[in-house]
Amino acid sequence: MRFLNETWLVFVRAMRLSLRNKVWLIIGLMQPLLYLALFGPLLKRIAGMPGFPHGNSWAVFTPGLLVQLGIFGALFVGFGLIAEVREGVIERMRVTPASRLALLAGRVLRDAVVLLVQSTVLLAAAYAFGLRAPIGGVVLAVLLVAFVGAAFASASYAVALLTGTEEGMASIANSIAVPLLLLSGILLPMTLAPGWLRTVSNVNPVKHIVDALRALFQGHVLSGTVGVGVLVGAALIAAGMAFGTRTFQRDSA
Amino acid sequence: MLKVDYMVQARGLAKHFPSRAGDVAAVRGVDIDVEVGEIVGFLGPNGAGKTTTLRMLTTLLAPTAGAATVAGHDLRREPVAVRARIGYVSQRGSTSPQALVGEELIDHGRLHGLSRATAEMRGRALISELDLDRSWDRPCGTLSGGQRRRLDIALGLINEPPLLFMDEPTTGLDPQSRANLWQHIRGLRDEHGVTVFLTTHYLDEADALCDRILVIDHGEIVAAGTPTELKREVSGDRVALQLHDPARLPSARAVVDRIAGVTVMRADGDLLDFSLPDASAALPGVMASLASAGVTLAGIEVRRPTLDDVFLSLTGRELRDQPIAA
Repeated sequence: MRFLNETWLVFVRAMRLSLRNKVWLIIGLMQPLLYLALFGPLLKRIAGMPGFPHGNSWAVFTPGLLVQLGIFGALFVGFGLIAEVREGVIERMRVTPASRLALLAGRVLRDAVVLLVQSTVLLAAAYAFGLRAPIGGVVLAVLLVAFVGAAFASASYAVALLTGTEEGMASIANSIAVPLLLLSGILLPMTLAPGWLRTVSNVNPVKHIVDALRALFQGHVLSGTVGVGVLVGAALIAAGMAFGTRTFQRDSA
Repeated sequence: MLKVDYMVQARGLAKHFPSRAGDVAAVRGVDIDVEVGEIVGFLGPNGAGKTTTLRMLTTLLAPTAGAATVAGHDLRREPVAVRARIGYVSQRGSTSPQALVGEELIDHGRLHGLSRATAEMRGRALISELDLDRSWDRPCGTLSGGQRRRLDIALGLINEPPLLFMDEPTTGLDPQSRANLWQHIRGLRDEHGVTVFLTTHYLDEADALCDRILVIDHGEIVAAGTPTELKREVSGDRVALQLHDPARLPSARAVVDRIAGVTVMRADGDLLDFSLPDASAALPGVMASLASAGVTLAGIEVRRPTLDDVFLSLTGRELRDQPIAA
């Protein structure tokens, strides 16, 4: 009970400060729309190519954008924490009886809520552009992204505490993000890739999340692809949360 | 038997950091006693181990060795209870620039388990006590350096702790804000009975503010006592005599050498510089002996030792040995 209370306090404070940052707010909402408007039209031409999944091209593209938004957005939330460490806010909060885990969980919750709002805006726009996908599958897809995003946010905070500097954080986050992004089939499906590339991409957990999301957008809720995606997602969540929790509870963090 | 109540009791507190060159000892087993109601200064140059010790006492860093009782609770076994009973004012500040003063105070109070109403009531009282009236609805980033430091103190006091830790409380403040802050820190003790443990690398601050001083250098406590005790123990008074006739220097030196406890620091040209335990008692006799030895003086200067002298004689170094950034 006390833990939930403290998590809520940290969440409200983090949310309040995020909402006060107007530039961040506008960029956060505009970014998914720009992807839809500027990249989406290219897809219509590719949609007929061999290897491209059948069906609505928006239903192939939008799940990729969701993952891009969720996972790769979350990987960089640690930058905000470095600022808070430098301001002394984290240390101040650590010299209270509040649970160290609540200090992490409140911030991760803020990131998950932000992600849900951004996803809703993205999906509303995608439907307007011509997305055709069953609501049930889409809702499940958004939930999966929110949980996996929370796992990446948690890991990002841990990396932020461990590196302590923007430079260190940026080099680690980028060296993780870029290969994950290129090998996930976010922008174009991996079904278009030659065999060797497809094999390599199979070890990328994000690729399985993207595949599961695309299946959900097709309405294939009870499919093997979705099952694999959910399992991979659960593993990511367990790993990300464990990493974040351990780092936040270390004495010198 | 008279029982003294201690707010901090540390024995053999040590912190080693692993590094490529092996273990680096930042703090090498310090003993610290702080009585209830004292203002104790932890004095030392940068890198001496002050902040590391403070971070251990405030539960932010686990000690490698040693034990401590802080505000009545065991540091290792009951860190949460310690945190509930202390305030901590860090060197780097404690507020987000965009957050409003009132929000930070209420949130911090509630992290300490206070109700919203209690946190707000205490926050408003602290703000007014620390001369921050009308700042409640202002973003923290718009406060001046001195105001922001006082807000850090208000945050540290929201749980009404009997013990307040402050890390370099006046670093970076202008002289007026420093003097003002000293007054507030004295007020915390005098009016609220708060025990204060602060680190500083300013000798004048330790001298003006602290009841007792612990001098730390290279991770070890090298001296402890009241400012007056430290000055008396370590240096004695300094006297500089300027002679009319440099040729009389040997006679003057012969006179001075006969006084008990004298150390001649410098004898050069017309100048004779020496230290002795109690200048005010010894000087009348010295003057008479000099006159009968035929030495006439052009000038005389008596200087009470400063903590700078104390530090120099304890460590062989000036306290501010780092160049000041231009």
